[in-house]
Formats: sequence, C-alpha cells, structure tokens
Amino acid sequence: MTSRLIYMDHGATTPLREEALEAMMPFLKGQYGNPSSLHAPGREVRNAVEEAREKTARALSAQPEEIYFTAGGTEANNLALRGAAKIRNGSGHIITSSVEHHAVLDVCKDLEKEGYEVTYVPVDQYGKVNPETLKNAIKDDTFLISVMAANNEIGTMQPVQEIGRLARENNILFHTDAVQVVGQLPVDVQEMNVDFLSLSAHKFNGPKGIGALYVRRGIKIAPLYQGGGQERKLRPGTENVPGIIGLGRALELATEEIPGKKKHLESLRDRLIKGLLGIGDVILNGHPDERLPGNVNVSFKYIEGESVLLSLDMEGIAASSGSACSSGSLEPSHVLSAIGLEHSEAHGSVRFSLGRGNTEADVETVLEKAPPIVERLRNMSPTYHRSQ
Amino acid sequence: MYNDKIVEHFNNPRNVGELKDADAVGDAGSFKCGDTMKLYLKLKDGRIDDIKFQTFGCAAAIASSSMLTELVKGKTLDEALQVTNQDVADELGGLPPLKMHCSNLAADALHNAIANYREGKQAG
Repeated sequence: MTSRLIYMDHGATTPLREEALEAMMPFLKGQYGNPSSLHAPGREVRNAVEEAREKTARALSAQPEEIYFTAGGTEANNLALRGAAKIRNGSGHIITSSVEHHAVLDVCKDLEKEGYEVTYVPVDQYGKVNPETLKNAIKDDTFLISVMAANNEIGTMQPVQEIGRLARENNILFHTDAVQVVGQLPVDVQEMNVDFLSLSAHKFNGPKGIGALYVRRGIKIAPLYQGGGQERKLRPGTENVPGIIGLGRALELATEEIPGKKKHLESLRDRLIKGLLGIGDVILNGHPDERLPGNVNVSFKYIEGESVLLSLDMEGIAASSGSACSSGSLEPSHVLSAIGLEHSEAHGSVRFSLGRGNTEADVETVLEKAPPIVERLRNMSPTYHRSQ
Repeated sequence: MYNDKIVEHFNNPRNVGELKDADAVGDAGSFKCGDTMKLYLKLKDGRIDDIKFQTFGCAAAIASSSMLTELVKGKTLDEALQVTNQDVADELGGLPPLKMHCSNLAADALHNAIANYREGKQAG
C-alpha cells in the first residue's frame, strides 16, 4: 500500500516550488558570469540579481538598496545583531525575548561573553511579549531590541509594530526575525517600524542556503567579515546567484498568494486544532488566535512527542516536536518552558506546520490516524493510569 | 535513526501493562530528562514468572523496556541483576548515542524493583 506523504513540517522547511526552480535553472546551467565582472556575461547576471533584489524589496515595502542577501536566516540574524554590536566596541545593552530562535538567542549569549549586557524579557502563557515589560527593561545604554515577528515553534505573533514604535521613541535600533512570517503574512517594514528584518527563502518554497537582511537606509552596521566588497561591503563574497534568483521568484509569488493562502491555511489550522483537542487531555500551545496561519502546536498529555512523531511517520505523516528526545538535548524546548509548561507536557509536544499543498483531506487523515496512536502510547504510559 | 529491531519493539512491545498483584515494583527516569519507566514483577519459586512495564518516553525507551522484559523473564533475581543497560542496548542492535543516557533505563528500573523487593517493601 502506497499513500501520499502528508508533509506538515513547513516550519522546518518547504519544498522548492517549480517556478522558482525554473527561474534558477539558467543560472545553474548557462549563465555563470560573476555579477561583479564588467563583461557581458557578468552584466547579465548582475541585472538578474538586481531584479531579484527589487522583488524582495517590493515584498517588504522596502527599497532595493536596503536588501542584503545572506546565506539564510541564521546569517541575517547574526549580521544584524553582531553588526550592530560591533560598531559599539563591546559595551551597551540589548533587549530580546526568551522565546527567540537560537539564531538570535545564542548570538545574544555570545555577545554577553564579549561584554554586552542582554535582558531576556519573559513572555506570557501564550508566548507573547508584553511591550510594557519591554519598555521597563530599557536602560540608558540600550542600543538594540530584537524580537521575532512570530515564533517558529508555537506560532505566536509578537506585537512588532508596537515594539518598533517603542524602540523608535527611545532611539533604539529594532531587529525582527521574520523568518516564519515573510511569504505567509503581509510584511511592511514601514508599518512595522523595524530597522532590521531577517528572512529565509526555504520557508516560502524557495531554495535553501539563501536569505536576506533588510537594513533601513542610513543605519550603519559593521560587516562580520571582509572580502571583495559585495553587497555594498556589508556581506562580501561572490553572490549565490541561483539562490538569489530563486528567492526573488519564490517571494514574489508567495506575496501575491498571501490573501488566499492565509485564509486556506487558517481554516485547515483551526480544523486540525479542534480535532486534536477533541482527543482529550490535549493542550494547545501558543495563542488561540494570534498565531501563524499554518501553525498547530499541541501537547498530548501522558505521552512523549518523539514516540508520536515516529508513529505518525510510519503512517506517512511528517511533523516535529519540542521534546528533549527529538531536539537532541536533555532539556525540552526553551519556548515551551518559557510559556510555563511542565516538563512532562513539554515532552509531549507535537508541531504540525501547514503550508502550500496541504489539503482538507490531509487534515482529515491526520485526525483519523492520530487518535489511535495517542491511545496506544497512553496505554503504555505509567502516568496515564495513575492520573485516571 | 533507529534500526528495524528497535522499531519492531516500539511497534509491538512485549509485556506492556500493569501487574495488580506484583511482588515487586520499581521505577527509573525523571520527567526532567523526558523518560520514565515503571516495572512490575511477579515471582514464583525464586524466578521472574511474569513481568510488565509502563513507559513514558521515546521509541528507544519503549523498545528498551520491551527488550528488558524479554531478557529477564524466567531468570532468578540474581541472574536478572546481571543484566545491564548495555546488554539491553546490545540486544536491540545498538541505540543512537544520545539515547544511551536518557532513554536506556530499563535495567535501572529492574534493579530498583529487585532492591525494593529485597528491602521487603510492599509492592503496589
């Protein structure tokens, strides 16, 4: 019996869409010129790169010269944070949240070792930062605030616009890791009041290994390394041309499709949440409404997430988990701990992240396969019996 | 990540459940780490006549629990005490390195059950 794979791990990565691949092909096969070269083959490629930059800028309501291509979301986050810190020469205060992706959190921890001070503001039970708390954390030497647009694990949206306003009023730079949001929801860097914004192509059906950092015009940050001066000296190194072209094309299409896709994913998401909660002893992690259109994160009480994942995988369903077992550490996810979940509840978390290509039938299949899996594992669990 | 033997034991675990009239009960693990296990023994003529387990944990934890029950059923308590977590992992054809510490706890639960029994604790 062969059945179609039901892929519900779009938060991890998404399949490359056909149109993006098609746009990339000429630059993998024939058009090999270096965009920095003066000759015709170089100029042709330069034009294509700049066209992709324009498409990227348009999707964010930014200007092309405010877009810097990087090797992905992680590099974009590093460039924003370290680049802003570097010109301060080892002193100053940064505010971030306790639920950031490791590509922000661990950079902050590293910057602490270099002498910068960092405040990690807590979140509420839904994973949301309270702007008031953040405001109270501001010090005289605070130079940077970094708060993600939406959480990758539990999907909770942050009040970015408000935080941005707060940052601006206090003359503080504001960075947002928007890797989970770009291509899923409308993004406007003017409305959001951001100075830096990170994005990653493989989260919106573009290629892997390419992303971008938006840097508001006039803001000075230091490059992380030196070289040939590409990307206006902020990110030297010969451009990942096929990646850039693929990013531009995928983002252009994803942005056009946002209204329809958002509605579709929200309806699948809500159906899936309702069905999973119906199993009983299941907790929804994250905000009930203010969450990414495709994000479903639940904890199945009394059982462990990795067991659920493996069982789902055997049914042809791909999801992910924040349990210690699946994260490769002995601790459950920092996000689930930050929203106050008990260890046992955090270990029972499973994330289904919906995306382009998921259908109502996929959701129904998951809702048909999940209950017996949960029941089987609960019947093996020492805690299930005790708590009945 | 897991070999076929582990997956097979995960899918069809042996000796799952509870023994209401157990002679010895033991447990191992912690929620902090993730995996916890409870083991029930029924003894007859000094041998493990029946054995059941309940496990909260990943596939490695469930497969290890299942394998241990197979390994020690019918053994005397002294023989059973010779079985180590490493033996369980070896019988399963090896566990992923990361799982050795947190999920391979079945022998610990067994040793705990036997110690409880020998200390004369009432099971249940």
